[in-house]
Amino acid sequence: MGLGRAFRAMLGRDIRLAVRQRGELAQPLVFFAAVATLFPLALGPEPELLERIAPGIIWVAALLSALLPMDRMFRPDYEDGTLEQMLLSPHPASVLALAKVVAHWLVTGVPVILLAPLVALFLQLPMQALPALLATLALGTPLLSLIGAIGVALTVGLRSGGPLLALLLLPLYVPVLIFAAGAVDRAAAGLPIAGPIYLLAAMLVLALTLAPMAIAASLRISLS
Amino acid sequence: MIPSRAVNMPATESIHTQRDPWLVVEALCCARDDRILFEALGFTLTPGGIVQLEGANGSGKTTLLRAICGLAPIEDGRVSWRGTPREEVLDEFLAALTYLGHIPGVKRDLTPRENLAASRALTTMEPALPPDTAFYRVGLGGLGDTPLRRLSAGQIRRAALARLLVVPTPLWLLDEPLTALDTDGKRMLERLIADHAAAGGMTVISTHHALDLAATPVQRIRLGN
Repeated sequence: MGLGRAFRAMLGRDIRLAVRQRGELAQPLVFFAAVATLFPLALGPEPELLERIAPGIIWVAALLSALLPMDRMFRPDYEDGTLEQMLLSPHPASVLALAKVVAHWLVTGVPVILLAPLVALFLQLPMQALPALLATLALGTPLLSLIGAIGVALTVGLRSGGPLLALLLLPLYVPVLIFAAGAVDRAAAGLPIAGPIYLLAAMLVLALTLAPMAIAASLRISLS
Repeated sequence: MIPSRAVNMPATESIHTQRDPWLVVEALCCARDDRILFEALGFTLTPGGIVQLEGANGSGKTTLLRAICGLAPIEDGRVSWRGTPREEVLDEFLAALTYLGHIPGVKRDLTPRENLAASRALTTMEPALPPDTAFYRVGLGGLGDTPLRRLSAGQIRRAALARLLVVPTPLWLLDEPLTALDTDGKRMLERLIADHAAAGGMTVISTHHALDLAATPVQRIRLGN
């Protein structure tokens, strides 16, 4: 069968599996909302303060909630042997791995983007910054998934890869955080945001082209 | 003997090339954790051939199967497919093999039918059999739409074996496929392998059990000392 069909079948299978394990699907979403609501509880509900720190809080919460389910991207497949089958396919492993990343982003990243306006309202984010927040999340969360997938692929063969994965990924996530939170900050102050948005878009294009190959190579190392 | 299904081989294959070895393993050496598992291991497989790997636990049967298909690294030696080193014809080689590891490689949250569709999509071949016929032949008749988590270990193994029937690759690499199968399941698998050999297919199988494959000759390779 063709590569396009293989890609769609892999994407469809992973989404179907995620839907059958709904509990896991809700975890990052609840975590995102919980982390974001901790800050007003700890710092006090003054609107001026919250308005000032909301972009940073929302982005840190989004980043942490992306990290939480990251390990699930390849570990279940590693454990039940379907990852081996994927690498033994005559289709390029990089394209099949990309299908898995896309599926993972659709079930963990997109819900966070959809919940973000509510959390933004909660944290008194100025309305004029909402489009910027959604734009940075739309560009940034797939970037987090792509970078994260490389880390997961590298650590999937280790017994306790989770904590190591967080240490590995957090530094790599810093540029995304800086540009994304910065853009929302600028939008809240009424400044133009084209610069950081273009930069995030460029990073996403770069990750989309290069990350699949790095993921496939890392998976081969982990499985050998 | 009339094969019940044709193994996917080019139609131009003439009788004399049928005798040429398709899979050649030469002077293979594999190590794990700085320990050499086996060295100078070699065998050839011609269409219709069966190799049975024997050896104690930890003697490297799984590593050998994984090394042949390219999952485990090779220290020395080489694997050739139809006269060319595997690496040079990797796509063709991968399209021609089915590897069933000792972990079945199926998703417990999916039904046998969904699992089969997922593995079929990973191949480049057209299905040889409709799924229901395959389920019937592996003894899962009527269970095609039951999630695997509600099936027994032996039934999960059978669901994995259905892939061998639906995706008609010439080379089967089977790692302890009898695990969790009952006597009926063992006979079913022996019949699959014998039919596969009769249709010109090749099998490398690791198992401790004596295989009853009717008249089909089996090369036995013993790993470890």
